[in-house]
Amino acid sequence: MTILGLPEEEYIMSGNASCPGCGAALALRHVLKALGKRTVLVIPACCTSVIQGLYPRSGIGVPVLNMAFEATGAAASGVVAALKAKGKDDITVVGWAGDGGTADIGIQALSGAAERKTDFIYICYDNEAYMNTGIQRSGATPYGALTTTTPVLGKKEHKKDMPMIMAAHKIPYVATATSGYPKDLYEKVKRAKELKGEGTKYLHILSPCPPGWRYDSKLTVKISKLAVETGLWILYEIDRGKFKLSGPSKRLLDPSKRKPVEEYLKLQGRFRGLSDEDIREIQRWVDENWKNIEKMMETE
Amino acid sequence: MQSSSSLLEKLPLTPLSKPAKGAMGKTGSWRTLKPVIDLNKCTKCGLCWLYCPEATVIFTKEEGPKIDYVYCKGCGICAEECPAKAIDMVREF
Repeated sequence: MTILGLPEEEYIMSGNASCPGCGAALALRHVLKALGKRTVLVIPACCTSVIQGLYPRSGIGVPVLNMAFEATGAAASGVVAALKAKGKDDITVVGWAGDGGTADIGIQALSGAAERKTDFIYICYDNEAYMNTGIQRSGATPYGALTTTTPVLGKKEHKKDMPMIMAAHKIPYVATATSGYPKDLYEKVKRAKELKGEGTKYLHILSPCPPGWRYDSKLTVKISKLAVETGLWILYEIDRGKFKLSGPSKRLLDPSKRKPVEEYLKLQGRFRGLSDEDIREIQRWVDENWKNIEKMMETE
Repeated sequence: MQSSSSLLEKLPLTPLSKPAKGAMGKTGSWRTLKPVIDLNKCTKCGLCWLYCPEATVIFTKEEGPKIDYVYCKGCGICAEECPAKAIDMVREF
């Protein structure tokens, strides 16, 4: 049975420990729908290891290996090798880590796994700070965002472009997604699963966080969609080296189609300290990102 | 009293959790606002099911959506995203 073209089966259990309106739980729900039952998740220290809940129950309906913060890529490599030794080839191994565990702490293990062509899917769900430890700044925190370690003025550096770092590893599949477009996310995970046997696949999901971004929990989907509509978060996939804009981002190459960044920023308490100059800086950064995308599409 | 060696034998090799609903208890008690669906306005589009992070909307094409109040945390995404405005957030107490 399917609803709206998505499987009915749920692998995220109701009554888990995620905060109300959690963008990461919403993303994980649809990722697991796409992956199905024969999946092993490797999860480092991050919100999701909290979402699992307390022993002896687990809020996630597939096997999970909990791992140290920096070791997702290495541990997933181990699971892949163990399954190969046992002759089990119908199981998908997935590393599922936050932005801190990917862009900062876990980047060496991930880069190593990608370089070794480890056959697994790595998914970074990006809530743009170390959320479960109390909203500390990470490499993926955007310019101007208030966190507990960038108080008063907000962060003064722009977000690290993690998907492009992974694309530079020449892996078979890199894609970006966000919680507000579950169908687009579902298709991308399906595609990554199809490419089994070709090496490391990387997905980067922007997942809004009500307590960390300081907004009302009902706005998760709205904010996620606004991130795309303003052009701040660009949905694309690089499938075997071929770059393609996807979903609603397709029509946003024309700057006049993009909403002004204020619409996204003003809904979130973490951007309340922004000056007009800061907003202009963020808009400039967005426009520059799109110019780079344009250049990439011309060289295709 | 059991001897310590027999207790040790009973312990699992690793602390292994099993998937189950309510890993954090009956999370419906976290709610301050409760989503109430007006089935007369509902068009059965399924968006509330699609966007629920908690998988607490049970949806069938025939009967439309139903909310599992034991676990619904009351985030309000379903009410915000409902195109027919068929979901109201009502105070619990």
